[in-house]
Amino acid sequence: MALSTQQSNDDDQYVLLAKLDNVRHVSTILKAIHFKEIATLFASPMGLKVTVEDAKCVQANAFIQESIFHHYIIKEEQVNFKINLTVLLECLTIFGSSAVPGVSTSLKMCYAGYGCPLLLILEEDGVLTDCSIKTLEPDEVLDFNFLSTNVINKIIMKSECLKEAFSELDMTSDVLQILLSPDPPYFRLSTFGNSGSTHSDFPKDSDMVESFQCTQTQTNRYKISLLKPSVKALTLSARVSIRIDNRGFLSLQYMIKNEDGQVCFVEYYCSPDEDVDEAEH
Amino acid sequence: MRFRGKLVDISCIQHFTRVLGTISKIIKSCVLRITPTTWYFILSEKVVSGGVQIWCELPQGHFFDEYAMDGVSAEDNEIYLEVVPENLVKAIRTAQAAKWIKIKLTKKHAPCLTVEVDLPTVSAHSRLVVHDVPVSVVPHRMWPDYQEPELPQFDVSICMPQIKTLRNIVEKMKNLNNCLTLAANYNGELKLSVSTDMVSVSTHYQDLVNPVRRDMGSDEDREPQAFSEAKIDIRRFAQFLSGQQVIPNRVICNIVHKRVVHFYLQHEDVSLQYFMPVIAT
Repeated sequence: MALSTQQSNDDDQYVLLAKLDNVRHVSTILKAIHFKEIATLFASPMGLKVTVEDAKCVQANAFIQESIFHHYIIKEEQVNFKINLTVLLECLTIFGSSAVPGVSTSLKMCYAGYGCPLLLILEEDGVLTDCSIKTLEPDEVLDFNFLSTNVINKIIMKSECLKEAFSELDMTSDVLQILLSPDPPYFRLSTFGNSGSTHSDFPKDSDMVESFQCTQTQTNRYKISLLKPSVKALTLSARVSIRIDNRGFLSLQYMIKNEDGQVCFVEYYCSPDEDVDEAEH
Repeated sequence: MRFRGKLVDISCIQHFTRVLGTISKIIKSCVLRITPTTWYFILSEKVVSGGVQIWCELPQGHFFDEYAMDGVSAEDNEIYLEVVPENLVKAIRTAQAAKWIKIKLTKKHAPCLTVEVDLPTVSAHSRLVVHDVPVSVVPHRMWPDYQEPELPQFDVSICMPQIKTLRNIVEKMKNLNNCLTLAANYNGELKLSVSTDMVSVSTHYQDLVNPVRRDMGSDEDREPQAFSEAKIDIRRFAQFLSGQQVIPNRVICNIVHKRVVHFYLQHEDVSLQYFMPVIAT
C-alpha cells in the first residue's frame, strides 16, 4: 500500500522514534510527576527522562527506560525540549485512562528535531488518533548536586504504609518535618497545623522497612505544598527509598511496576525549608 | 383540556424513566406536546439563545396502558405544556418498583402534571406517592413555534461509532479546546479534530456505515472520499454523548457542510433528533 511505504520512508527523518504497545506504561509514569503544566523531556539512548520543577525547590524526574518501548531509535546523543505535560497527558489518554482488559492503546511517538512538534499516533481497535504538540525551547533544569556519598540517612520501605501517612497529611501545616535517627523514634513525620501537631512514627524493625541505614539524627522541615504532589508517585509505587544528605536535601525514589511487571523509577528532590538558626551561620 | 395516562408494566416504567432521564440530561426546559398517539419533547431555541433544536418522539402505546386525552378543541386535539424534564424524572425515579404510575394533568394552584405512584408493600396497606410537577400551558397561538424542524438536504450521513469510546475521546478533547470539527464522508470515515496554538489532535474512524441516501440524484458526482465538515461546541457535544442512559440502536450523524449538524437517535420505538448549532468559521 502506498501509504505504508511512504510512512516507513518518513520514519527516517525523525531523530527520535519510539513505539509502544500499551500507552499506559508511559502515561501512568508521567501522571506521577504531573504537578506543573510544563515539563522538560530529555531523550537519550538510555530512554526518556521527563523533569518537572516547581519554585526552584522541588524537582521530579520520571525515567522511562528504552526497554519499556518495543521500538526505540534515537539518532542523537541527547534530544531535549520542553512540552506542555497537561496536553501531552490528555493526548496519551485520549482513548480513556482506565484499564480495560483485552484492550490496549498503542503509541508511536516521533520527533523530527529542534523546532518541530512532537507527533503522537495512537491506535485502539482500528481507531486512529494523531496528535501534534508544539515543543518549546528547553530551559536549564536544576542540579541539586545530590551525591550518594553525602547521604547521611537512608531508608527503603514498602510504599503501602507511607501512602496513608502522606494522603492524610494535615495540609493546614506549612511544613512537614522529617526526623531520621539511629535511635528511637527512628523515623518520624510531624506536622504543625491549626488543630494541633501530629506525629507518625515508623519503627525500624517493622515488616514495612526493608533497609534502615541511619547514621546520625537529622530533623529537617520541608514545605508541605511542595511535597504533597509526590503522593501521586507514592500511590503508584511498590517501594520507596528516602534519603537525606548532609545539607538536608531530600530525595524520594519510587519504584513503580507496570502491568507487565517492568520497573520504572520516579524521583523527587526537595530542598529543606530554610531554617532560621542555620541561616545565621 | 384533559389528560390521564397509566403505566403498569414494570419494564415500560423503567424504559420510560431511562428515556426521560436521557432527555433531562440534554434539555433543561422544553415543551411537551401530547397528542392522541404520541408524546413529543420539543426544544426550539431561537438562534440568539443558542439555536439548539431537539425533537423527540415517544409513541404512547409503547408505554401507557391507559391513555385518555382531550385537546384544546376537537380540531386541535393536542396539548402543549412547558415542562422541566428533570422534575418529571425526579417524580418517577421513586417508581422503579411501582405497581403502577398515573400521570394526570391537574389544576391545583397552578397547572400541574400529577404523578401518582403506587408502591408495593408487605402489608395490605398501599403506599401512594404523589408528585405535582408544575407546568405551564402553551397558548394555541404559540404552537407554530414548535413544529417539527424541516430536514435540509444533507451532504453526508454516517452511523456514529460506539458512544462509549466516543465519549472518552470527546471528554479529553474538551479539556483542550472549546470547539471541535466534525467531518465525515461517504467512504465510512468520521474525523473529530480540535486544534489550538499548542496542539492539534484528530481522531479517525473508518469502516462506519453510511445509511442509504433517499435521494441519490442531486449529488451523484460527489466524491465518496470528500469530507463535509462542521464546527460545533464541544461541551454541548460532550453533554449530548454523556446524557445517553439508553444505548441507542442507531445514532446517525448528518452534516451539511459548514451549516448543519444533525443527530438522529433511534432506540426501539423512541426517536430523537438533535440539531446542534454550528460555529461559523
